[in-house]
Amino acid sequence: MAGLAARHLLGLAEMEAEEINLVLETARPMAGVMERPIKKVPTLRGKVLVTLFYEPSTRTRVSFELAAKYMGADTVSIAPATSSVVKGENLRDTVQTLEALGADMVVVRHQTAGVPGQLAGWLSRTVVVNAGDGMHEHPTQGLLDLFTIREEKGRLVGLEVAIIGDILHSRVARSDIWGLTKMGARVRVAGPATLLPPGLEKMGAQVYHRLEPALEGADVVIALRLQQERQRQGLLPSLREYAASFGLTPGRLALAKPDVLLMHPGPVNRGVELAAELVDAPCSAINRQVTNGVAVRMAVLYLLLGGG
Amino acid sequence: MGGNASGMPVRPGQVIFYLHFRGGSLPLVEKTQIMDADTMRRSLIRMAHEIVEKNKGVKGLVLIGIRRRGVPLAERLAQFIQEIEGKAVPVGILDITLYRDDLTTLSYQPQVQQTEIPFDVTNKVVVLVDDVLYTGRTVRAAMDAVIDLGRPRSIQLAVLVDRGHRELPIRADYVGKNVPTSRKEVIAVMAQEIDGEDKVLIKEKPD
Repeated sequence: MAGLAARHLLGLAEMEAEEINLVLETARPMAGVMERPIKKVPTLRGKVLVTLFYEPSTRTRVSFELAAKYMGADTVSIAPATSSVVKGENLRDTVQTLEALGADMVVVRHQTAGVPGQLAGWLSRTVVVNAGDGMHEHPTQGLLDLFTIREEKGRLVGLEVAIIGDILHSRVARSDIWGLTKMGARVRVAGPATLLPPGLEKMGAQVYHRLEPALEGADVVIALRLQQERQRQGLLPSLREYAASFGLTPGRLALAKPDVLLMHPGPVNRGVELAAELVDAPCSAINRQVTNGVAVRMAVLYLLLGGG
Repeated sequence: MGGNASGMPVRPGQVIFYLHFRGGSLPLVEKTQIMDADTMRRSLIRMAHEIVEKNKGVKGLVLIGIRRRGVPLAERLAQFIQEIEGKAVPVGILDITLYRDDLTTLSYQPQVQQTEIPFDVTNKVVVLVDDVLYTGRTVRAAMDAVIDLGRPRSIQLAVLVDRGHRELPIRADYVGKNVPTSRKEVIAVMAQEIDGEDKVLIKEKPD
């Protein structure tokens, strides 16, 4: 395996298992760099990374910026609300301007699925990384979830992974399902029927309409944030009812294996999809996911920008 | 079996090695063997003695092997030093990929491996160990990497083979064998732990 086949990182659906494995293998030494007193290597000195986020984010944006800085690259962050976007500049002009300004990589988050792929087609030199596009994919979150599971469990093959909650709106769920199935894990998804999109079986997941059977004997449980900003009318009777039927509680989690690993892509709606006390429970890897996210993004930056 | 990927004729019994790149491979022709298991062992024992002599013992001494073949050599040096002085010397493993200065010009992308240095290098005498000293660029990268981990009292360099052609002002403190080479040649150090046998070969890239 000499590197990634594609020039851009748009989704896990397009990646081979071997490429995913290369990212995970590269992330381990990157985690080692983060443990040092001086968290900086000169590998990407002189490279410029631009974050272009059309949707709010704390952890993903900061995670990419720290990853770039630890690798020696420079970062510029663009908030569309304070950029020429409000003057009516279209996406194509925006990214081509960034390319002309010398950006080596644009990390983009957009409310519309497929935008990163479209940007990639408009750029001749600049590399595009998808940091979440609509309800499509969030590949670096998928990769950091795979990395976290493999670090904690020592393997991915044969694990039973339950992804629960608002699957419909979750680009994380899609990236996770693609990645986990390619790496040999078995994926179960559970949520209210209105939040289960069609086509999940085709992606290789087993679909449940109740939480309990999906949790039974699971090695890993990934709880998803109920995306209240995307809920249309009629999908949920009420928040309370959702929490009562699909909220993860210590009692429900006890159905999973005794050494279950609990994950959540964040931010958590405490008391909605996840009981507040579970967030900091010993089985929770939620904070380690955040730390691992930086290492995985360092690996992605190296593999896409590190020459060769 | 009259040829190979490059179309060069092959004599019966001639060993062909391939240097693999993304997008192709370059055949290497074996020319001569310059060290065998015995000469390698004797050289390493002598280097172990020199390391102990120069540093007047092993106090504050640590060995750091540069991936890949510097690692087994560092471990063997540590073992010989222990036999000489009766004291264990810590051994670390250094991957220099993130410090390379040629990443943008390589035709392939090297895989980043784990650096495992389970001790603080500050105020230590660090002996870097590698198999071959050539341009000096690997050693430059290794020194930068070590200095990012702390402030060693000094850094010394031990190599099994010094083949010349330096591009930086770097020299080795301990050398197993000096071998004059041409730039067309490749020095292949093989170590039991990685390659299943101990020997050093000179190979040649075709014109």
